[in-house]
Amino acid sequence: MTDSALASEPAPGALEAHAARQDSRNRWLLSLPALLIIFLFASGPLFVMVIYSFLSPGDYGNVKWDFSTDGWVNVLLQRDIFDDTLMWADAHLSIFWRSLSLSLITTVLTLIFGVPTAWFIATQRPGKREFWLFLVTVPFWTNLLVRTIAIQELIRAEGVINNVLLALHIIDEPLQMMFTDFAIGFGMTYVYLPLMVLPVYAAVEKLDFRLVEAAYDLYASRWTAFRRVILPLIKPGIIAGSILVFIPCLGAYVTPRVLGGGKNLMFGNLIELQFGAGRNWPLGAALSLTLMAIVMVALIYYVRITSREEKKDV
Amino acid sequence: MSEASLTTAIVEERVKPAKRRRAYNVRRLPGFAPIALFTFFALYAPLSILVFYSFNAGTSLAIWEGFSLRWYQQAANNAQVLDAAVRSLLLAAVSASVASVAATMAALATTRTRRFKGRTMIYALINQPLMVPEIVTAVALLIVFAWIKVATGYTGMIYLIAAHTAFCIPFCYLPIRARLETMDDTLEVAARDLYAPPLKVLTRVTLPLLWPGIIAGYMLAFVISLDDVVITEFVKSAGQETIPTYMLGQLRRVVTPEVNAISTVILVAGAVLVTLFFWISRGRR
Repeated sequence: MTDSALASEPAPGALEAHAARQDSRNRWLLSLPALLIIFLFASGPLFVMVIYSFLSPGDYGNVKWDFSTDGWVNVLLQRDIFDDTLMWADAHLSIFWRSLSLSLITTVLTLIFGVPTAWFIATQRPGKREFWLFLVTVPFWTNLLVRTIAIQELIRAEGVINNVLLALHIIDEPLQMMFTDFAIGFGMTYVYLPLMVLPVYAAVEKLDFRLVEAAYDLYASRWTAFRRVILPLIKPGIIAGSILVFIPCLGAYVTPRVLGGGKNLMFGNLIELQFGAGRNWPLGAALSLTLMAIVMVALIYYVRITSREEKKDV
Repeated sequence: MSEASLTTAIVEERVKPAKRRRAYNVRRLPGFAPIALFTFFALYAPLSILVFYSFNAGTSLAIWEGFSLRWYQQAANNAQVLDAAVRSLLLAAVSASVASVAATMAALATTRTRRFKGRTMIYALINQPLMVPEIVTAVALLIVFAWIKVATGYTGMIYLIAAHTAFCIPFCYLPIRARLETMDDTLEVAARDLYAPPLKVLTRVTLPLLWPGIIAGYMLAFVISLDDVVITEFVKSAGQETIPTYMLGQLRRVVTPEVNAISTVILVAGAVLVTLFFWISRGRR
């Protein structure tokens, strides 16, 4: 359409606005199936869970439709059976503590192994980088349960590690590694390591090596250059990776279930317990929402960090 | 030897070491390469051991008693495994198909356009399943589906398909959107200029160009659905084991190399799909 044709229309602004409205309506309609499926089978149930967290537990699982805040109170506190006084729910607190500390330890371990790995890949010749990246990505996309089983094979009482240590006469009897916090931390580090490597790699790849060169020209040692120049520049990638590892650790279910056994529960297993043997669905719902809230806070922080970076790039 | 040549020799001698010294590599950090190589080793060693013992002739997972395909045969003859495998594949195929169609439509609607009202909201909604811990979605679905199951009495596969489709959509959407964003719309504009009706533009121009993105999205969704344990474990009705939930159940009993054999098959299938995915999505660059 030419300018003169546009000018001859009585109200070009109104027409355009109408077309824009119609366009955006069509775009909503086209997105509708995807949105509907996600709303019905992913987002919507979360709202139902909010309601369930304010009900009373049923006798054989499920709920009774009586309003109660016990579900939420029981997240942190428990009522004494005899005199009804409230006290800290020690069992829950120790599980929260295990979740938090193991997630933090896992994050630190993935940093120790992930940052050098990301650096190594990013400093390869461009043609070779894709190959190494691919090597990191393949385990990430292979089945989580299979990877957890692989770790189980490694650390079982008759597993490879124990057999090697026994054969070398370093130990006299097998180490009990399965069903410990160590097993969970080890497994999660293995399983979530790629999540650390990829964002750190992206940061190192963008790194302006002239700045590093300048640091060395000014007689910085390797360590000083790393600490004062490189680290601050790749910090966003490191933070992003840390959050990407921390979040799934906090909500981990499969790895602690397989490697931690019935005693070393994490947040995810505590939730499952309420829907299984615990028969306390409202508490389970409240725990789930608590976990979600914690994850959301971490995610918002993540989005703010990454969007700040994008703005810097522009 | 003349004095002159002696001097050159001395000078050369002095210059040589400096020449030989490698340029100061600013990209090198001491200790990083060994840690990185160790990490690559550590990523693959446990999986290799798992695969290795799947070929063990003995019952034990620890002692090597010679090569055999015994456990693969046993898995292939195990009715439960076959049943679960068929269910897993069907579930993944149906969920990935539905998710691909829905995700393609959504991607067409939300890319290559100026900001329209609510676009950010559509993004947020579509990516929502990625944000919430799987266990939370799983118990939320358990609650809702338990209610529907009681109300309707229906306990078929639809619940699993619906749940899998929902969490597959973002995995389909991302590669399709990425592909669309690198496609410019000149060919489509040309088609429209030549009076092609909208549907023809879509089927003859847009979709053929978008195809690699859709295939990549489909494969990603397929792998994600095939791998899922948590949501499946909570949503499935009695007798609806998939391969991952079957294996999770087996881990509670005496573990034989049969689990290794099944794991190896999953591992190989997953690796093939991911390799294909890489290969296809590389094609866009």
